[in-house]
Amino acid sequence: MKYPYFPGCSLRGLGRAYEESLLAVLHHLGVELQELEDWNCCGATAYMSVDETQAAVLASRNLARAERAGFSELLAPCSACYLVLNKLQHSIEQFPDIQQTVQRALAQANLNYRGSVRVRHPLDILLHEIGLDAIRERVVQPLRGLKVAPYYGCQIVRPYATFDDAHQPTTMDQLLATLGAEVVVWPLKTKCCGGTLTGTVPEAGLRLSYILLKEAQRRGAHVLATVCPLCHFNLDAYHAEIEHRWGPIPIPTVYFSQLMGLAFGLAPRQLGLHRNLVPFRFPSEPTVACP
Amino acid sequence: MTPPQNHAPKAHRAEPRIGFYVCHCGSNIADTVDCAEIARYAASLPGVILARDYKYMCSDPGQELIQQDIREYQLDRIVVASCSPLLHEHTFRAALARAGLNPFYLQMVNIREHVSWVHKNREAATAKARDLARAAIQRVRHHQALQPIRVPIRAEALVLGGGIAGIHAALLLAEAGKRVILVERQPSIGGHMAQLDKTFPTLDCAACILTPKMSAVRAHPNITLWTYSEVIKVEGYVGNFTVTVRRKPRYINEALCVGCKQCVDACVFKDGKFPDEFNAGLSHRKPIYLPFPQATPQVVVIDPDRCLNLKTGKCKKTCVEACDRNAIVFDQQPEVHEVKVGTIIVATGYDLFDPTRLPQYGYGRYPNVFTTLEAERLVNSSGPTAGKVRLRDGRVPRSVGIILCVGSRDHRTHPWCSRTCCMHSMKLALLIREHAGAEVTIFHMDIRSAGKGYEEFYDRCLREGIQFIRGRVAEVTDWAMTAKEEGHLVVRVEDTLAGFVRRIPLDMIVLAVGMEPQRDARELRRILNISCSNEGWFLERHPKLGPVITFTDGIFLAGCCQGPKDIPDTVAQAGAAAAEALALMDRGYIEQEPNTAYIDPDHCCGCKSCLPLCPYSAIQLDETQGRAFINEALCKGCGACVAACPSGSIQQHLFEDEQVFAEIDGVLSYA
Repeated sequence: MKYPYFPGCSLRGLGRAYEESLLAVLHHLGVELQELEDWNCCGATAYMSVDETQAAVLASRNLARAERAGFSELLAPCSACYLVLNKLQHSIEQFPDIQQTVQRALAQANLNYRGSVRVRHPLDILLHEIGLDAIRERVVQPLRGLKVAPYYGCQIVRPYATFDDAHQPTTMDQLLATLGAEVVVWPLKTKCCGGTLTGTVPEAGLRLSYILLKEAQRRGAHVLATVCPLCHFNLDAYHAEIEHRWGPIPIPTVYFSQLMGLAFGLAPRQLGLHRNLVPFRFPSEPTVACP
Repeated sequence: MTPPQNHAPKAHRAEPRIGFYVCHCGSNIADTVDCAEIARYAASLPGVILARDYKYMCSDPGQELIQQDIREYQLDRIVVASCSPLLHEHTFRAALARAGLNPFYLQMVNIREHVSWVHKNREAATAKARDLARAAIQRVRHHQALQPIRVPIRAEALVLGGGIAGIHAALLLAEAGKRVILVERQPSIGGHMAQLDKTFPTLDCAACILTPKMSAVRAHPNITLWTYSEVIKVEGYVGNFTVTVRRKPRYINEALCVGCKQCVDACVFKDGKFPDEFNAGLSHRKPIYLPFPQATPQVVVIDPDRCLNLKTGKCKKTCVEACDRNAIVFDQQPEVHEVKVGTIIVATGYDLFDPTRLPQYGYGRYPNVFTTLEAERLVNSSGPTAGKVRLRDGRVPRSVGIILCVGSRDHRTHPWCSRTCCMHSMKLALLIREHAGAEVTIFHMDIRSAGKGYEEFYDRCLREGIQFIRGRVAEVTDWAMTAKEEGHLVVRVEDTLAGFVRRIPLDMIVLAVGMEPQRDARELRRILNISCSNEGWFLERHPKLGPVITFTDGIFLAGCCQGPKDIPDTVAQAGAAAAEALALMDRGYIEQEPNTAYIDPDHCCGCKSCLPLCPYSAIQLDETQGRAFINEALCKGCGACVAACPSGSIQQHLFEDEQVFAEIDGVLSYA
């Protein structure tokens, strides 16, 4: 299997561990990713709220290039990219004036977008294309005894619940259970992590991140599994600041793909686990060896 | 257009004298179509003696106008350009008849539904109306005098569904002396109403007012009650339906069982083990059970999916030993009955919305989230807790929240208002507080209490301290932010009157689930050949003036199968449906359109092509003459044989080739 792939800026920056682990895990499952050539900014959620039209044009260029390359699907692992690309898709279907603006802009670069590319998320591919059975076969070190709180964040389920329920998503739960982990039942699966507020209004943003960590701790979780580079950044990079304000909460946050890699027996370093600021340890073992 | 060769023109007729009338329909037509211009144009066409436009053709003066003109100008064909013939064809036909003209000399042009209501451009709409008028004028000259067909109506009725709607309709028909067959698919009649505790706004007990009617059904000599039965086929037409009913085996001889329940006590299952449908799954029953204490008929039923003997054949069959009337029949088979009835009343009710479709409300995840039906069983003194309101772990709730519009007024689920939930919830609020002493909060978008005594009931709730918070609940969560919230369910809601987002800790949540069409409503619709709205509610012929009749003559609607309604409205509608059915049956006959097919014996070559096509077996071959002929009494005018006849020798009244060709000719020719 081969999937066209749109990394976006995060997976080349703060979210490198996500790309490293996802590529390794998919490779292990026999899936190769083919990077979209000459991709650009997805349009970014922040930009979208400043200038929707320009953001739509940015997003459409990526999809137009994918369409020209003959791709019918495009894998967008970053939640923000996934949302923005889906929103563009939605906008040109619903609003003819946006579609006209986008086509005019694309025409200047000799591009054209017919709207035929389906934007997909790794969880969607893993569950609905590769399947849990194929994943189970690859598990060599089941995550037995590890209590994981699945944290989906907001962007992959809202407002477009394309492959999971908007209020009660379960795809990551199923995936983690397949890896042998104990899935923590908790009600904050899709609650706000603070988003960019951690940078702009830290009092508000940090508090939201803190609520997530605190509730996960109360429910006995050892670790939070996320799908989003921004969530990961908030929960990992601001962890020290949160502990400084509200006291110790020893809960690390990792990407779901990193946990998959560990269950598949891949080396932690290959999964980018060494990049975590809050080190991840198995509850039973002293430390995951990070050479 | 020249007619096909084998159709010699009919004998010479005198040039017809056509009168043409165009209706303004107030402003409905006149706003979009230039009616005066249509009349002017029609007057210029050959054969048209006079053409008029008039504000309301269907009014008495409008009809009188036609009658006067017929007498004064010796008109013998009339064209009325107005609304759909579905609405007023019979009106104008009657006007013709009163003036001494055969009513089938009328042709209508629908310039309202087909023109003014669907177009905006006045010029183009007027041009289209002109074309349609020309077509009708050309057609009407070929009309012939016909006599309507009279068909007798059977005086028996079938009532489908044994809830309060079906019960009420069946009793009325039976009281009027008609034989009624009441078919209910559950083991007992009673429907949803039997599960309710008290009824708003008077708080009289549902069972106390329902069970006498249930036993009246059982006892009435004119009613045949078939429970645990389903209609699987309906054939025929108004007055003469043939209905096939499948009676599921209940493994009990209904004639022998007296409902003493000794078999239930003797069952090898010591305690109930399987969710009890009547108690909304809040208690458990055995494989052999009486659905509920007042079940009608008082006959137990065996659940074949649970009974050890029926499943495995290995059981001590203690129930058989216990029954001294030998009423248990393990080898009972399904029975199929065919009954002939004149009218059918459909009263199949509704289903409740499944709240797991809205996971944000936590039903199925949090044990103390209930539905209104479950809450109803909890407050009911014959319910699983004997009327004590308890949480799943047995504690008494101190605070209860009722969330309205779960699966109603929501474009993600159902856009309609279920109409009963506001009142139902306020009633539950009072009962829960009475039974548990709990503080009750109702979360609503609006309180819709339109109905006699309903607003007063809302007032009473306000006075008696039921809390009302206006806001659509975002979610029900067990995520506690403060020590006060610990151990409670928390409702997150924007209080739109206070203007801020609130978190309200509560012990128990009740979801006011809306009504939706029965899951198999579309299947039944096909069996009955009636229409459904997009949502799946059965469609009435006219939302105001035909609320209980369907588009299929002889089939009537009662209760929630037509749309959500409360008990008073359901009973009113059931009475109306019974009255409509009675009016039909008491007249004893109906007049049908004489749109039957006939065969020109000079052209038929006896090829038999048409014989297998007729769904009503109305065509027979006269072997001696080698020609087919059609039995007019059996023909339903479907037209299948007309289209198929290779020699073109079959014609249909009201749709003669020359009429249809003239109409096509008229609509296509440029003026």
